[in-house]
Amino acid sequence: MYETNPRFFPPTTTRTHEVCGAGAFVFAFALAARLGGYVMWIRESWEPRQINPNGFADFINPANLTLCNTKDQTETLAVAEEALRSGAVSLVVMTLNKPLGLTEGRRLQLAARDGESTGLAIIPEGMGSNAAETRWRCAPVFDSKSSSQDSTLQKWELIKNKSGTLGVWHVRWDPASRRLIVVSPPGE
Amino acid sequence: MFGGIQRRVVSLWFPRLASDRVLRVYPSDGPFALTLKRNNANRLYCLNIDAAQQSLHPGMAYSDARAFCPSLQTVPADLQRDQQFLKTLRRWATRYCPWVGMEGRDGLVLDISGSGHLFGGEDGMLADMRARLMRAGLSVQIGLAGTRGAAWALAHHGEGQAPPGDMLPALRDLPVAALRLDEKTSTALIRLGLRKVGDLAAAPRAPLTRRFGPDVLLRLDQALGQQPEDISPLFDPPHYGVRMTLPDPIGLLSDVMAGIERLLTQLCAKLKTQEMGARVLTITLRRVDQDHQEIELRLARALHDPQRILPLFKRGVAEMEAGFGIDQLRLEATQVEALPAQQITHISAAQKGPLEDLITRIGTRVRLENIQRFLTADSHIPERSFIIAPAAYSEPASGWACSNPRPLCLFPPELIAATGPHPPKRFRWRRMSLTTGRATGPERIAPEWWLEDDNWRSGLRDYWRVETTQGRRLWLFYTPQNPGWFVQGEFV
Repeated sequence: MYETNPRFFPPTTTRTHEVCGAGAFVFAFALAARLGGYVMWIRESWEPRQINPNGFADFINPANLTLCNTKDQTETLAVAEEALRSGAVSLVVMTLNKPLGLTEGRRLQLAARDGESTGLAIIPEGMGSNAAETRWRCAPVFDSKSSSQDSTLQKWELIKNKSGTLGVWHVRWDPASRRLIVVSPPGE
Repeated sequence: MFGGIQRRVVSLWFPRLASDRVLRVYPSDGPFALTLKRNNANRLYCLNIDAAQQSLHPGMAYSDARAFCPSLQTVPADLQRDQQFLKTLRRWATRYCPWVGMEGRDGLVLDISGSGHLFGGEDGMLADMRARLMRAGLSVQIGLAGTRGAAWALAHHGEGQAPPGDMLPALRDLPVAALRLDEKTSTALIRLGLRKVGDLAAAPRAPLTRRFGPDVLLRLDQALGQQPEDISPLFDPPHYGVRMTLPDPIGLLSDVMAGIERLLTQLCAKLKTQEMGARVLTITLRRVDQDHQEIELRLARALHDPQRILPLFKRGVAEMEAGFGIDQLRLEATQVEALPAQQITHISAAQKGPLEDLITRIGTRVRLENIQRFLTADSHIPERSFIIAPAAYSEPASGWACSNPRPLCLFPPELIAATGPHPPKRFRWRRMSLTTGRATGPERIAPEWWLEDDNWRSGLRDYWRVETTQGRRLWLFYTPQNPGWFVQGEFV
């Protein structure tokens, strides 16, 4: 049986979350699709990795995404706080490269609460901040059974949760219905 | 009804406009000239009286002039600022009459019909003009006549006034060049023995037209008033600026914001009536100690709604240093765009306003160009299948459709060690050992030969979607013309 509206997703709105791992972008876009509305994607301008609108058109309409290039992490955090507090966007995604202090993390939480929007920090592995509401580790999983076109199997681990239990789920993205489907783990 | 009023035209000629302009700012004694680089040589452009008395003349080579007159001081000419200066003079001249036009690079023409008596008659007006221009340090030659052509002739050739009525007696003894003819034509006329305007007026018309075309006689008729000639006044561009001077200095943030709100309400009312929207706003805060600070606000879209613009100024105003207090506020819309009133429909119900305000606010911190959005582009090349454009200067695009699956993120191609046209069974990428579980492809993409692109020098690419047993789903390509394997993207 598939579960199409899992209880663990989306995580608490009006909070800032963290995600790491190779499947972090998938998590971010799945969350954007689930929340709807406008998305602000903040990244530092030197980063060579570029999100591809033809790829994420399966998740959200690229017209709803606004990119912001920043100079350094301080500017990223300032822009993220401003965007979260304004409430004009439903999701703010920021890519971070340096560890986040408790003050900065807490400010993001307060801004998200004031603006009633959700924040998501894409962080390198093992660099989370204590202020994050939840932290996820996402990795793609090889799926030998399904056909090649819809092999979008992911393993999402909830590795930190301030208000609940941890867990591991295997999920798949369905581009036709734009929904997340929870599946049983693939057999060996 | 107004047939009885004689038309009276004043022509002002500033023979040394450019050098007078510079000397007004940097007065200097002795010979002075402006130089202009033309045909790769520096030549004199405009001289003052002292330099003209040293037998220098415009158009002379600069090095020759220095040889003639070693004490000559020169400055490079700035034609654009001369033009601006003439526009300023034109605005000044509207104190005499509303109908003021420009005449070439160094002259003005005023239609003073019916306004002469305000300055004590025509003589009084001309004396007033001359006195004021003299005081401003400008040399001027003034001609007054019943037509534009005659006034020009009198201004350029020996100053004078032509009485109302027939122009011919006043112009009879002037050279033919006074009819605004080009040099070639006037030389040809002089060779024919027609040296004066009177000679030309007396000559038979048909042979003249056959010899020189209609232009010569047109100019003559215009000067004598037999052909009409208009003066086109320039309109001042609309000015979007308001200011407020305070009796006592202020320094509190709330006070300054209240002042800005008043100015903004005034400015936006003006913008709204003219269906314009401000794109860039500048506030100048003048302090008691005569220092001033500027805040520039660049908006993400043209706006004329004071309630939306005001909060956007908060960050800039908070950063200002009030010192001993601010006693003048000046608000100007330095860049405006047409913003016609729009029909409100149920389709445009999506509230974009907050997002645009957010872009403006963020744009004051990072530059407005750094806030971008994706636009569609018509290309099969993965890197060029979309455009990244500044969000403030573009409209969101629709119609994202791609028949073949595309990766979620792209990066510059990274070389991996592999050979052969089929994806390798095992390979190393980013210091990870990966094993191919399933490969889908190839999808061949050819370079766009009509565009020069260094990244596509290696020729055709065969793209493969490779699912590794470790989990990652990569976008690999093989270049058959220049064998090699690269990783360029990652799928969902």
